[in-house]
Amino acid sequence: MSVLSELKVGESGVLVSLDLSESVQNHLMHMGFVPDALVTSLRRAPAGDPTVYGVDGMEIALRRETAAAIIMRVATSDEIEVNEDNYLPERIEATR
Amino acid sequence: MSACCETPAFVPPVAPPDATLRTVVLIGPPNSGKSTLFNRLTGLRQKVANFPGVTVEQRMGLMAGVGREDLTLIDLPGIYSLDPFSEDARVSIDVLRGEMPGTPKPDAVLLVMDSLHLTRQLMLAAPVLALGLPTLVLLNMSDLMAERGGKVDALKLARELGAPVAQVSAVQGDGMDAIPLFLNQQSERAGAKPLSLPVLGNAASAHAWAAQVSRKTGYRAPLSVEGTRKIDNVLLHRFWGPLLFLVVVVAVFEVVFSIGQPLSDGLGDVLARMGELIRPLLPAGWLQSLVLDGAWKGISSVLVFLPQILLLFLFIGILEDSGYLSRAALIADRVMRTTGLNGKAFIPLLSGYACAVPAIMATRVIENKRDRFATILVTPFMTCSARLPVYMLLIAAFIPNVAYLHGFLGLRTLVMLGLYLAGFVGAMTTAWLLKSSILKSNDAPFILELPQYRMPTLRSLGLRLVDRARVFLKQAGTIILCVTLALWVLAHLPVMHSASGEISAPQLADSVIGRLGHFIEPAIAPLGFNWKIGIGLLSSVLAREVMVSTMGTLYGADPGTQALSLHAALNHDMTLGGALALMIFFAFAMQCTSTMAVVRREMNSWKWPAAQFLYMLVLAWVAAFVVNHLTMMFLG
Repeated sequence: MSVLSELKVGESGVLVSLDLSESVQNHLMHMGFVPDALVTSLRRAPAGDPTVYGVDGMEIALRRETAAAIIMRVATSDEIEVNEDNYLPERIEATR
Repeated sequence: MSACCETPAFVPPVAPPDATLRTVVLIGPPNSGKSTLFNRLTGLRQKVANFPGVTVEQRMGLMAGVGREDLTLIDLPGIYSLDPFSEDARVSIDVLRGEMPGTPKPDAVLLVMDSLHLTRQLMLAAPVLALGLPTLVLLNMSDLMAERGGKVDALKLARELGAPVAQVSAVQGDGMDAIPLFLNQQSERAGAKPLSLPVLGNAASAHAWAAQVSRKTGYRAPLSVEGTRKIDNVLLHRFWGPLLFLVVVVAVFEVVFSIGQPLSDGLGDVLARMGELIRPLLPAGWLQSLVLDGAWKGISSVLVFLPQILLLFLFIGILEDSGYLSRAALIADRVMRTTGLNGKAFIPLLSGYACAVPAIMATRVIENKRDRFATILVTPFMTCSARLPVYMLLIAAFIPNVAYLHGFLGLRTLVMLGLYLAGFVGAMTTAWLLKSSILKSNDAPFILELPQYRMPTLRSLGLRLVDRARVFLKQAGTIILCVTLALWVLAHLPVMHSASGEISAPQLADSVIGRLGHFIEPAIAPLGFNWKIGIGLLSSVLAREVMVSTMGTLYGADPGTQALSLHAALNHDMTLGGALALMIFFAFAMQCTSTMAVVRREMNSWKWPAAQFLYMLVLAWVAAFVVNHLTMMFLG
């Protein structure tokens, strides 16, 4: 068990729960931060914060304090593979 | 190949009770391509931008694009849910429920979704369909979907949702036939019962439902493209990112001034020559004086700034449409948070360099109310384009054209940059004061979606500029025309009778306007301003650029050599301290009734703009006083 802000850039994890006020939680869930979603830390802003996260094919930036309230678990290798596949250019060719 | 041929075979089970169709609304999540679709359906101008939730106003148009001029289409702001998390969502909900004053209750809904992220976007479908209005679901970006190997069964989805579904591409214009087909069906049908959808209490159940629906319809998300990430590797690079950010901001201003100035000068010449062409057509006397020295000169002294203003809007439009502005917000967040604001405030503040009115409307993307109010209150400090005419006039008249660093940096440019900096510091300091006192808030998360980069279209940029030019010209044709005419009349009253019975105009100092200026002179004399500047300040409360036309009218310069003689007249009438004080006064004072009106509308109370006006006025007075006395001490 860990929190989203602890993910290193390039690492992925699976979302467990959001420890935030109801309105913020609702908003984040509508942007894809739902339980069981695979979230990848993509890059940090030049100043080191906020961090850009990849979820559901979108890129969303959150500040550290917000990401620290999102509880994560370690993703199984299967869960990660599905996600990484999505970014391989070869697969684009293959599906055409 | 696009999926446009899969238009709905499934007939909607819902219809309005009275079967008359007048108003249609367009709704969908941010970045679903809603605005592009609106353009296509109405042919009306509409802002198409890449920043999530940028469609902050609801816009209306007749659906001429699909041959239904009898129908009104309302474009709603992009929202993620019907949860009133932001102002945008609140506006959309009110319109959909028919609770928005002045807006008719919609008879049908076009629900747009980005098919590239369908699972997530479906979360909005359940609450919208549950409203019971006849709805057509449009799966947008079908062209990209097919290209990148995504899949969805539209028929199955229609069965799951109980509403017709069409796959469209708003950019390409594919699948548009489905929309008139749906609308025609609505006019004929009546009395059907809506399909019951599950009641979704919270976001988690909405997501579970959306995931289930997308599974049943065989949805396969398309592959992501690498392009945006590769660009971001540079534009969000730890070192290059902030550097390029600064380069972009400086380049915008450099181009606006270096290209805009010759264009302005050229336009000024043309307008002056046009005035001279009109002169012989009018009888010499008061009418000629009113039309040429009053109206024409006043308007043209403001019109010359149109090229610069349009250039500034062009660059902001390119930054916004390409998607860079969201990245700029991400880079700026670290700086903005020291004042208590967040990175999203950067977008309205940058637009504030063009004009505070659209900038204040753009603050609706800020979800937290206190953050939003603080941003609205500091936006008028940003050096808007209406201040440019005043700065340029005074700089040209008072600041010598000296160059430093082998001609790379001019004294005039330095003064101009200093004024921009003064406005920025004023905004940041005020934001910090507000956020650490009356507008303090703890729970204000920064959630920013970074859209994929897109090439801005000429069409969208062109529509934007036409829109801005129209607003500017309308202002010049109404407010500025009225003010200059009123000034001319007040400067020529009361009518004097000489001993021989001849009628003549009074000396300027004895006219109505002259007496008014003398009346307020004691309040502004410590700033180094005379009574004529006082009249300028009074009239420019309407709009800052009016200052220039007022000076033009008051100093009664000849239109042919207007700029030159106005400079000379000002130079004769003011000290350097007074001129610098006047510039700093304009940097801080809130001289704009349009801004006050929009602040009142956005904050829903006259108290805020009144307090803001007084605060900025006091600050401007104090700063001008200090600048005037410092100049006298060191340079006098």
